Amino acid sequence: MAEPRIIIVGAGPAGTRAAQACVAAGIRPIVIDEGRRDGGQIYRRQPEHFTRPYEKLYGTEANLAQAVHGAFDAIRDRIDYRPETLVWNIADRHVWTANQTIQAALPFDALLLCTGATDRLMPVKGWNYAGAYSLGGSQVALKSQAVSIGHRVVFMGSGPLLYLVASQYVEAGAQVAAVLDTSPFSARVKAMPDLMAVPSVLWNGVKLTRVLKRAGVVVQHGVTPLEIVGDADTGVSGIRYRDGGGKEQRIACDAVAMGYHLRPETQLADLARCAFAFDPLTRQWLPERDGDGRASVEGVYLAGDGAKILGARSAEASGKLAALAALGDLGLPVDKGEMTSLRADVATYARFARGLARAFPWPAAQAAALPDEAVLCRCEGVTAGDLRAVMRETGAKEANRAKAFSRVGMGRCQGRYCGLAAAELIAAEAGIPVEQVGRLRGQAPVKPLTIAIGDEE
Amino acid sequence: MSRFVRLGETDRPALTLHVDGHAVAALEGDTLMVALLATGGTLRQSEFGPEKRAGFCLMGACQDCWVWTENGDRLRACSTLAAPGQRILTSQPEASWPSHG
Repeated sequence: MAEPRIIIVGAGPAGTRAAQACVAAGIRPIVIDEGRRDGGQIYRRQPEHFTRPYEKLYGTEANLAQAVHGAFDAIRDRIDYRPETLVWNIADRHVWTANQTIQAALPFDALLLCTGATDRLMPVKGWNYAGAYSLGGSQVALKSQAVSIGHRVVFMGSGPLLYLVASQYVEAGAQVAAVLDTSPFSARVKAMPDLMAVPSVLWNGVKLTRVLKRAGVVVQHGVTPLEIVGDADTGVSGIRYRDGGGKEQRIACDAVAMGYHLRPETQLADLARCAFAFDPLTRQWLPERDGDGRASVEGVYLAGDGAKILGARSAEASGKLAALAALGDLGLPVDKGEMTSLRADVATYARFARGLARAFPWPAAQAAALPDEAVLCRCEGVTAGDLRAVMRETGAKEANRAKAFSRVGMGRCQGRYCGLAAAELIAAEAGIPVEQVGRLRGQAPVKPLTIAIGDEE
Repeated sequence: MSRFVRLGETDRPALTLHVDGHAVAALEGDTLMVALLATGGTLRQSEFGPEKRAGFCLMGACQDCWVWTENGDRLRACSTLAAPGQRILTSQPEASWPSHG
């Protein structure tokens, strides 16, 4: 029998551990990575000649980052690694890739999607000004380029990453004006039983808040963002919000890093025709999979945060587990005991992730109440009022229909940053549950391609 | 005024590129975005609103940071490295479509 063709999309913690499992089974997988170097976003590597040590770059996660990078380096010569390559479609059992202007269509027997996540964003008035960045983006700036996104930075949103990045900024010598969390502190207390599933990570979180406290950074809980104040030419100059007591506050800053935990990049699972289900806890549509990562489509496997936000530790376990499932399905011998132990790890991390989702809830009501004058789609400047007016005119209550009429979700980012908030706004306006609004369909190409693309000559 | 603030890794060889015809000093290993925003405040003008833009996600997902070469090739400033002698335009040049094919 010819060697089975295994394609892994993504080279973060899930993709790296999946590739490692394939190599251990004697298979040379193709690993396709949009990044210039392996590591994904969470363990993103700095350029080759940068010199900061692991402890400085990854803090509490230094050992994990080093282990994942080391694992990748060890298999680098035994995989077909294709960095800086976009998978832009999956059709007819082929993966369509683009590297610069060269495209390829690769057949597969097993496809492991380890596509990772991006920030989940809630728009706020003024988020289209220069100086408003995604939280993950603010971390990329520091980790991969050793820069701060501004001279005086406010971190706003919710989720563990808010505290991690703010403390990394403080430790790197940046000026952090405030950390504004929409989640009430009481949510964290209630989530404690689930968060105790992984005490070491919980303890890391406590350490981060101490770093902020020692540096004298203002940390507020239960806030309502009102406006990023700014100017069309010079960008962000401050932020207005209501504090937990309902009092309006204003802080001067020239940069805002915003994020509300994460959302999985599911477009490729969608194009592969995987079935999706609504997850009421995170209010997101997620691709369905069994306990080992098998999607509803034969030969397609899902792992890491690209399937569901369960964190980087879980991604390592689920990446390896999905690869073992794929290898077993292809008739290769796999260690059943190891799969059992990986399933137990994944279950523990799932409990912790449930705790995080409860501790840092998506502020659905705030998203639904976005004022009419606020830009909802920052790609094309479509306001919340524009979308509401389109709904009144056309009666559109379904995500794709509303997109067709309003262009919300049709711009450069393809709805990655406005889609979830738009769904909340539509649901509230129509008086229906958000799951009835549905989800934006994945469209090929999943990211813009150059028009000069062609086959390799 | 600059938007980004360098916090380390400044001991790298310097390079010069050209942005809209002006010389811009950068460091080897900088992305175009860092090169432009460590010396200026914005990357481009929004096509849909009055405001200037300076990127958003820095991980190739939002496409907010497009700039162009003088040949009309579109680049994502967050994921393209600055190179000596590069000539970058912050607005889309006319006749940007490839004439072949």
